[in-house]
Amino acid sequence: MPMLVHRFTKRMQMNQTRRDVVRQGSIVALLMAAGLLRPGDVCAADWNPAAFEIKKLEDLVTLLGGEPATASDAIAINAPDIAENGAVVPITVSSAVPGTDAISILVEKNPNVLAAAFEIPAGTLPEINTRVKMAQTSNLFVLVRAGGKYFYAAKEIKITLGGCGG
Amino acid sequence: MGSPMKLRARADGDVVEVKILMAHVMETGQRKNPAGEPIPAHFIQTVTVTYGPRTVLSAQWGPAVSANPFLSFKFKGGEKGGTIRVNWVDNKGDTRTDATIIL
Repeated sequence: MPMLVHRFTKRMQMNQTRRDVVRQGSIVALLMAAGLLRPGDVCAADWNPAAFEIKKLEDLVTLLGGEPATASDAIAINAPDIAENGAVVPITVSSAVPGTDAISILVEKNPNVLAAAFEIPAGTLPEINTRVKMAQTSNLFVLVRAGGKYFYAAKEIKITLGGCGG
Repeated sequence: MGSPMKLRARADGDVVEVKILMAHVMETGQRKNPAGEPIPAHFIQTVTVTYGPRTVLSAQWGPAVSANPFLSFKFKGGEKGGTIRVNWVDNKGDTRTDATIIL
């Protein structure tokens, strides 16, 4: 299990410290900023600049609100442990959380953390296969919305050649 | 106008698998050209996939989606012979729509 997630999980089992609240809140705020909290919006989503300009998960603390995201084993991330080329990292994410209606992909150490946000209408399977860029070795977070609640999973992917360099 | 997408939609029973390969530079805005000048960001921001009147997937993307983006997903309730339409809009206002028939 990636270090960060381990620490994260461990902390969540104890009384929440301020940093936990900050980190969890930031994830929720990110989703809010991504426009993913709008109910019933399955039409072409308006692109949300604020969400895609976020540099760090922690930057969103000012938007803190809503319910914290919880770690879930029901979210599967199928991606390489080591990617030679950070410009093309193939990722398949699937959610077995009942009622999944949105999936977001975030790369913690990219210049902007949010890579892609998908709305999953009823009838579409909660499984997305795509390719993202990773600037360096980082945790990849997948955030799932289901029934108005938020769940996440993370996987560390090692990068031998970054995908954002000159 | 953008370059054509490669689309494939295949029905397996009730489930249709859609595969999309778009032609787009997905420039991040972080890179510099050999003269040291920044290369402006140019990337797809929204993607919408429809089956008839039904939206089967919509997405917002940042520049961290790889160049020439690939996307695949599955939905229920599609029938052979039906039409899948994929639209994207990028940050320069360029847009492209392509269609394919479900096989």
